Amino acid sequence: MTTIDPHEAAEGTAGDEAGGSADQAVRSRGRSGAGPVVGADTYDATTGTRGTRLLGVATIIAMAWLVVFGLGFSPEDRDQREAVRLLYVHVPTIWIAYLAFIVTAVSSAMYLFRKEHRLGWDRLAGASAEIGVVFVAVTLVVGSLWGRLTWGVFWQWDARLTTTALLFVTYIGYLAVRRLGGSHQQRARRSAVIGLLAVLLLPLVHWSVRLWRSLHQEATVLDTDLDPDIDGLMAFSLFVGVVAFTLLYVWLALHRTRALFLEDALDDRGLDAALVARRAEAAPVGRDA
Amino acid sequence: MEDAGFILGSYALVFGAMGVYAWRALRGGRRLARQVPDREKYWT
Amino acid sequence: MSLWRIARLVAAKDLLVERRSRVVTNQVLPFAGVTMVIFAFALDANQQVLERVAPGLVWLATMFSLLVLVQRSFAIETDDGALDAMRVAGVDARAIYLGKTIGLGAQLLVLEVLLLFAAVILYGETIRVEGLVLLVTTLISATCGLAAVGTLYGGLAAGFRGRETLLPLLTLPAVAPVLIGATRAVEAALGTAGAVVSDGWPWVGLLVVFAVAFGVGGALAFGPLIDE
Repeated sequence: MTTIDPHEAAEGTAGDEAGGSADQAVRSRGRSGAGPVVGADTYDATTGTRGTRLLGVATIIAMAWLVVFGLGFSPEDRDQREAVRLLYVHVPTIWIAYLAFIVTAVSSAMYLFRKEHRLGWDRLAGASAEIGVVFVAVTLVVGSLWGRLTWGVFWQWDARLTTTALLFVTYIGYLAVRRLGGSHQQRARRSAVIGLLAVLLLPLVHWSVRLWRSLHQEATVLDTDLDPDIDGLMAFSLFVGVVAFTLLYVWLALHRTRALFLEDALDDRGLDAALVARRAEAAPVGRDA
Repeated sequence: MEDAGFILGSYALVFGAMGVYAWRALRGGRRLARQVPDREKYWT
Repeated sequence: MSLWRIARLVAAKDLLVERRSRVVTNQVLPFAGVTMVIFAFALDANQQVLERVAPGLVWLATMFSLLVLVQRSFAIETDDGALDAMRVAGVDARAIYLGKTIGLGAQLLVLEVLLLFAAVILYGETIRVEGLVLLVTTLISATCGLAAVGTLYGGLAAGFRGRETLLPLLTLPAVAPVLIGATRAVEAALGTAGAVVSDGWPWVGLLVVFAVAFGVGGALAFGPLIDE
């Protein structure tokens, strides 16, 4: 009667990327002449690598740079005065959020429309959407605070804010769909479809809301357009903000994608361990037959 | 700087929130990484 | 069997089930009527306000009823595993989607007409003749869009425990464009707040694009979503 080694079983199912490299690792160890190695497994407790550490440092430096320019060197705006400083955070966060959702859509397509259906794409889609939602939340909060300073109100039903709010809720829905359960492939397929539908929705939502708000005479004379009178130093501060938040996004995306990989790997091992346990229960009966 | 409290507070809120999210991401990642052998991780 | 033949059969099945069980007639329509009444409570039965917001309330009541209709539409499938049975039998998912969308749309259309009458009676709305074509076109195009979205997300949310609660969260943001467009178009048709009929047609354009986009997208997405 064959027994099943849990490690072998795990290796076979523990995700696309792991399988290949693990085999290579075992093979290379074997080639050093020591025979099949029952190597002690190392458990490096981090999703970081040298690359992400570098990236993390760069992010912190960029953020510091943003603070220095955003709060210090950049001038006040002619109309908005000091409130413009909030835009150096508000505008980058929404741009990066859009980037994140585009990454989600592209990853969803890469998962869905390729024959291999690699789960790595699904995990990237999920991680990116999660980060995007966080960034949109920040956008909405900072936007409200900015609105309080410039318009005097926390919220206005203008096209941009309304669309952003709907964007937020739409991707909350996407994240909820990701948690519906089932196998990894099922989750991936469902999420990929919803991710692509969300991207289809966005122009429709944007169009309808824009058309809607353009028909209404704004009661106040205040300009709801967020672009300040761009002065060189302001533009630079904005640029610094974009750089800083992009670095943050990439750093977060790498970590979260790896974390999702680990979650899936643990899921698989849990399943394999359960299968082994069930087969072990059946063993005595088999021997008599 | 007028409205200094508001603006500094907003920056603090944003960096605080991002920082908390980043820290939780790292911590969750560490917890998971501890349970999976390195040979199965594609980044090691 | 052609796609359309199967779709018609599926739609006919759904409508036959409704005719025999009368769940929509006995439960959903009264629910829609009740929402129209409680809107008046919330707005303090202020006649001017009610007349002004009547189109919006009609569509709000439609949105909430849509959620219930969708859940009903898929409850009849999942109770006996009928949806899975159809798929296993090799029925084209796109045909099932089209059929269910048509069935849902027909029920929705009836509901909307009744809600309009309710608005006339309860909120003092008047339906003017020059806005009639706009009104009918709006109803049809909005219904197509709503049915398309509802059937799609209904398929996703169907069956498993803990999934039905996902339906409102997914559906309401998705139908926001319809809510905006249909309300503005009906306002134009009824002449609310001095709107003229010609104001409404751009909105109908939006509704048509929405219906087509989600009709096509839904037909393509439905198969992968229900095949689990």
